[in-house]
Amino acid sequence: MPSTPALIRGFEVVIGLETHAQLSTVSKIFSGASTAFGAAPNTQACAVDLALPGTLPVMNRGAVERAIRLGLAVGARVAPLSIFARKNYFYPDLPKGYQISQYEIPVVQGGRVDFVLDGKARSVRMTRAHLEEDAGKSLHEGYQGQTGIDLNRAGTPLLEIVSEPDMRSSAEAVEYAKALHTLVVWLGICDGNMQEGSFRCDANVSVRRPGEALGTRREVKNLNSFRFLQQAIDFEVQWQIDRIEDGLAIEQATVLFNPDTGETRAMRSKEDAHDYRYFPDPDLPPLLIAPEWVERVRAAMPELPALMSARFQRDDGLPADDAAMMTQSQAFARYYELVRDGCGQPKLAANWLMGELSKRLNAEGLSIDAAPLPPDALAALIRRVADGTLSNNGARQVFDALWLGGSAGVDALIEAKGLKQMDDADALGRIVDEVIAANARSVEEFRAGKDKAFNALVGQVMKASKGKANPAQASELLRSRLG
Amino acid sequence: MSFLPDRELHHLGVAELGRAMQARQVSSVEVALHLLTQLAAQTQPLGAFLATSAELTLAQARLADATLARGEGGPLTGVPVAHKDIFATSFPASGLPTTAGSKILAGYQSPFDATVVARLGSGERAGEAGAGMVTLGKLNCDEFAMGSANENSAYGPVKNPWDLQRVPGGSSGGSAAAVAARLVPAATGTDTGGSIRQPASFCGITGIKPTYGVCSRYGMVAFASSLDQAGPMARSAEDCALLLSAMSGFDERDSTSAERPPQDFHAQMLLPREGASAGRPLAGLRIGLPREFFPAALAADVNGAVRGALAELERLGATLVDVSLPRTELSIPVYYIIAPAEASSNLSRFDGVKFGHRAAQYTDLMDMYKKTRAEGFGAEVKRRIMIGAYVLSHGYYDAYYLQAQKLRRMIADDFQQCFKDCDLIAGPVAPTVAWKLGEQGDDPLQPYLADIFTLPASLAGLPGMSVPAGTGAHGMPVGLQLIGNYFTEATLLHAAHALQLATDFHTRTPNGL
Repeated sequence: MPSTPALIRGFEVVIGLETHAQLSTVSKIFSGASTAFGAAPNTQACAVDLALPGTLPVMNRGAVERAIRLGLAVGARVAPLSIFARKNYFYPDLPKGYQISQYEIPVVQGGRVDFVLDGKARSVRMTRAHLEEDAGKSLHEGYQGQTGIDLNRAGTPLLEIVSEPDMRSSAEAVEYAKALHTLVVWLGICDGNMQEGSFRCDANVSVRRPGEALGTRREVKNLNSFRFLQQAIDFEVQWQIDRIEDGLAIEQATVLFNPDTGETRAMRSKEDAHDYRYFPDPDLPPLLIAPEWVERVRAAMPELPALMSARFQRDDGLPADDAAMMTQSQAFARYYELVRDGCGQPKLAANWLMGELSKRLNAEGLSIDAAPLPPDALAALIRRVADGTLSNNGARQVFDALWLGGSAGVDALIEAKGLKQMDDADALGRIVDEVIAANARSVEEFRAGKDKAFNALVGQVMKASKGKANPAQASELLRSRLG
Repeated sequence: MSFLPDRELHHLGVAELGRAMQARQVSSVEVALHLLTQLAAQTQPLGAFLATSAELTLAQARLADATLARGEGGPLTGVPVAHKDIFATSFPASGLPTTAGSKILAGYQSPFDATVVARLGSGERAGEAGAGMVTLGKLNCDEFAMGSANENSAYGPVKNPWDLQRVPGGSSGGSAAAVAARLVPAATGTDTGGSIRQPASFCGITGIKPTYGVCSRYGMVAFASSLDQAGPMARSAEDCALLLSAMSGFDERDSTSAERPPQDFHAQMLLPREGASAGRPLAGLRIGLPREFFPAALAADVNGAVRGALAELERLGATLVDVSLPRTELSIPVYYIIAPAEASSNLSRFDGVKFGHRAAQYTDLMDMYKKTRAEGFGAEVKRRIMIGAYVLSHGYYDAYYLQAQKLRRMIADDFQQCFKDCDLIAGPVAPTVAWKLGEQGDDPLQPYLADIFTLPASLAGLPGMSVPAGTGAHGMPVGLQLIGNYFTEATLLHAAHALQLATDFHTRTPNGL
């Protein structure tokens, strides 16, 4: 449900998203050709994809199964009968002269996507998700006065996921898109690669004064990064408000976002909108999904991120934000669970995953699957932090060594680097005594009520112990001696 | 050496040729050479063949003879067949282009065979045996199978061998004319609204359009996908049964093909009916005569011939009952909405981008599309694309396409009502005998109206046959139409076979043959 909107220049922003997720099937939605990305042009287009005379489409059940997965994950209705229609228009990269899509009766109906925005639980309703085929690509560069056509992508399976206009800010739209992205990757139905176009959004944006009816929307097409999504919506909102304040009307239009200028530009207006002459595709019988099929898919579903996050909060005592971070992907959650089980310290495990580990992964552009540091090594490290063997500083040094491929175990590294914290109370006591004796002035100041002076004394103890003293233990001893 | 001195080879039908080849009385090469020579020697060509390849035909015939020499092969091995040029035939395997009778596909070489072509020929996949028939060539047809006189082919009209001034019917006009003229013992056809039955009727041969889904549509250039069905055209029900057994069956490449076990229609056709006797092989068979199929305006000669054939069926034991198909007339507007709607979309792929004709000169993309399609398509195809685009367009869809679909369902229901009272339905195939070439002038509606008796079964997806029933005016053939319930091809063929055993309508030939 829409939240209380934050107004922009007195206007409420209304956003709905249409997301195209490329389904991770090995072959195309209606033919046996490969869907692999990046092959030489037109090498992955078979007779069906080329629309050679006499060819016919045959539904790929793997694509249907992936649609069912999404439907179950968002609590939608999986339609027992849905219809493929033809969307007719001419374009050189559309070989049949029509796109096979679902129009009146889609395979997934309703549902909702939950996510967290500024620490608050939010939910966006889904209208539908339908199966369709992608078109090929028109290559305008590098051909003098001509256009190249690559039909490798023609017939690639897409799931178009349509939301209700429930979002009230670009930030909310981005969080919804991220949650959906996490979900489709989590479910294993889409590789989520936005650069390659596997996950792309169209944003329907309108503005209105609070309490007014919905404004006229403009649709920004083909946004393939979360940053562009945010920028495009922000620009579009300002542009629409400018226009309304100038007393001009918003006309329904399809617009493109230019990442170089950060601006949107109208592609076509409602007047020259196509009449797609939709009608049921007579080559494909209605798609029938028996309840048994849905149950088979349900039985093979992974634990969903929302449920897993709730479990981490309940069983591991993680705060909501931490739990959300731990469930950003199945791989991340798996890693977390291994570290947690290896060290028995859920909160510390989460801290290390969100802190040092994420920092290094991001810096090197790695996914967690590619982390050079195995979960059991991180767990061993956290155990040594928890039992006081390692200071935080020492732990970071061990982490670095492990990251760089140190084959030695955590304990061996601690030994080799001399990072073990002093646990000999007598030795520490002697150092404390020496520090008190040598810093009479600081002692005086502390006794006069200056806390800073105490910190200086702790620092001296750490220095004298060459960093091996446990700072908490050192403080405790100092206080008792100076008591 | 041929051991069949009494008749020339081109007069032999499929079953006879198959038996003679199995018995090694005649070789496939001999028959192929005879037919190729006869074709080349035609003094008044019918325009039935669009392409032949003697080299290909003889290579296939030699292969068939080798199979037969090993004592292998079946009833069709080595028997020649020709294909309506709506079926894709692969290049270079066939050397035969696939044009659909259209300029826009002039010279088009398909990389694959239609399923029907492969099944009748050398098989669908390497190592898989087909029926072993030998391809004699590709046959003329109305452009994209749109027409009922074969006057809409970009490669010229086909003439009716019974009277060269007259049309052979359409759209499988080349198939019907070639079989009737004894140029080939059998041919494939396709039927969307009557395109097998009506030319079979006009040319005095036997043709069957099976239940929608019995033959795979893969490799058939699509006209109206929900109606298109392939079927055999030959000189007897028995020959049709042999071909249909080989052509039909589930094909995973066609999602609308029926998932049923393979059928031996020939064996089923030969099974006697329960309660039948030698003199009354059709005892117990109830044949329904829809009163709408015998309107007052029905040509007297057609009515007479059809009634004559019905009397024969009665004599063979069948009972004639009155039934009604109240929406028969409505089938014309329903069909001429649905078929063009599907065609307008199916023909969008012919855009000059990937294959086929492309205009030589154009200024931009839109100009290329317009010129390519304006040059490539004939008048009737353009007319149907425009009608189809219109009935599907925003604001008209509900009034035309959706209404037509509702009526289509009601027409199908009407048949089910009839089949409560009868096993088969019978009537004329067409309201008249074949008309003269050019006789219908520029009025596109006249041939549409003449489809009235074939459209209902097409819309319902039911099997229908045309069986020769003698001649009418001008000595032109008249066909009896038999319509069965879904998947009752064997019943249809059985009744037609019984009629043909008892009569000689199907053996009559055009003058001079």
